[in-house]
Amino acid sequence: MDLDTLTIDQARTDIAQGRTSAADLTELFYSRIEERDGAIGAYLTLCKERALNKAAGIDDLVRQGKPLPPLAGVPVGIKDVMVTRGVRTTAGSKILNNYIPPYTCTAVERLEAAGAVVLGKMNCDEFAMGSSNENSAYKPVHNPRDLTRVPGGSSGGSAAAVASGTAIATLGSDTGGSIRQPAAFCGVVGLMPTYGRVSRYGLIAFASSLDHIGPLTKTVKDAALMLRTIAGRDPMDSTSADVPVPDYVAQLAKPIHGLKVGVAKEYFGDGLDSEVRTSVEGAIQKLAKCGCEIIPVSLPHTQYAIPTYYLVATAEASSNLARFDGVRYGHRAAGIRTLSEMYERSRDEGFGPEVKRRIMLGTYALSAGYYDAYYLKAQKVRTLLTRDFEEAFREVDAIVTPTSPTTAFKLGEKSDDPLAMYLADIYTVTADLVGIPGISIPCGEDREGLPIGLQILGRHFDESTILRLAHTYESSRN
Amino acid sequence: MKVTEKDVLYVAGLANLELTEGEQARMVRDLNSILEYMDRLNTLDTTDVPAMAQTSDRFGLDQSKQGTERFSYTYREDIHNGLRPSLPHDEALANAPETDGTFFTVPKVIERA
Repeated sequence: MDLDTLTIDQARTDIAQGRTSAADLTELFYSRIEERDGAIGAYLTLCKERALNKAAGIDDLVRQGKPLPPLAGVPVGIKDVMVTRGVRTTAGSKILNNYIPPYTCTAVERLEAAGAVVLGKMNCDEFAMGSSNENSAYKPVHNPRDLTRVPGGSSGGSAAAVASGTAIATLGSDTGGSIRQPAAFCGVVGLMPTYGRVSRYGLIAFASSLDHIGPLTKTVKDAALMLRTIAGRDPMDSTSADVPVPDYVAQLAKPIHGLKVGVAKEYFGDGLDSEVRTSVEGAIQKLAKCGCEIIPVSLPHTQYAIPTYYLVATAEASSNLARFDGVRYGHRAAGIRTLSEMYERSRDEGFGPEVKRRIMLGTYALSAGYYDAYYLKAQKVRTLLTRDFEEAFREVDAIVTPTSPTTAFKLGEKSDDPLAMYLADIYTVTADLVGIPGISIPCGEDREGLPIGLQILGRHFDESTILRLAHTYESSRN
Repeated sequence: MKVTEKDVLYVAGLANLELTEGEQARMVRDLNSILEYMDRLNTLDTTDVPAMAQTSDRFGLDQSKQGTERFSYTYREDIHNGLRPSLPHDEALANAPETDGTFFTVPKVIERA
């Protein structure tokens, strides 16, 4: 069995038809992890006993001839910002080094209810803050395509595991591009659903108005299968939307002929690598050949997206991360005498440099005297960015852009310059601010063989259209 | 330089962070470089633009309703029986750095003079 190309459907069919068992497949993946993950570092925690129990349950169903759930026996990995009952969850931070959650994230619960086997928890930037996975407090992740390069971030472990065949699919989270950018860097598919499409219950909060859970997979069809499983209203998250979930998989085959696809010049300006540009332009031509009408659109406020994003996201983060106080869970500094000393010392020891930087920036932007100039200003520009997309989506059904201005950079290349790292998110942050869905799919390689990602953005709650476009484009390349 | 060392200490206090001296100097440098970039927002006139705190009050809701009524899908009837049980006491305490078996314990808040 070729684990590098194994998809959800193939795995489930092989199990259903007795060519393998869920237990054997699970063991096979653990051997693969043993063999490959030492050099990559995608996993932070393995939960083998739990996984084998789950797989045994699937194999019982097969033996009894009972109907199998849609993800029966499919080995998956979960980004370590989603809580899993009884399985250590760190958010990539030392402050949660020994945290064993007493409950499970809704998205994970839904995957498991559909038969998926959770192999372990994926490495990520601390509290999902980063674009290279170098902010993990435990270890960096190496890009499977070139071990000297970053896998992207913050869902770097989730992307690298799919790319190295140590999981068939994974869950990641996206607050400013953290699913799509690592998907692009590692050459896999990454889908960020509409804000509210997937419950955030059990996702350790970074920026609550921007956080999304979504899948990373080898194929668009697998992404559709994963989304169909995790999407839908959840009473435990009042921001999860009460909007019907279509059958994304069934809709993939619908022809894309006649769809209007927008191309925004603001996403092809200075700073875009020429090989990325050529590759993305080639993909746009391919969509035209498939019968799409290509229409130029303008998103005039794009240059304001990064400052807006880093003000809104850090302000929300500074508030969300106030809960880490060394009282109910997490690290508590030793030898402290007063309560305030306990808070300050525990947080200083527990958080890494980037997390502290963002807490400081967010606290500053919310503090008296600066609130109007920074936080409120950013919230207003968020409205302007949203209007840009509302205008554009009157003319077009989807918008295509590069996912990232460059291919994967070297480990250490940007880690000393926070601003340079923030600018790597230029093409992804706006979709988070606006709440629209986006997918990144591989569209080529540069001359060093590094993957390039094509991003397709859609209207709110219209994941079907971007999945159809992505699926048709993917099929046209094979 | 917009942000001074004094500002950094003040904000660190608000954020309950104790920064080492090395961290303070680095923070002054980083915050200034980042905020300088943020200043490009001030070239935009946003006088009549409403602030946006979240996306869900613009999309996916019944647009004919006003105010909190637009979020009425999150309402439910009161439940008198069959509420989800709370987290068991021992599980709620299990991750705490320090407890006395019943409560979370912390250093004394008020010291005797």
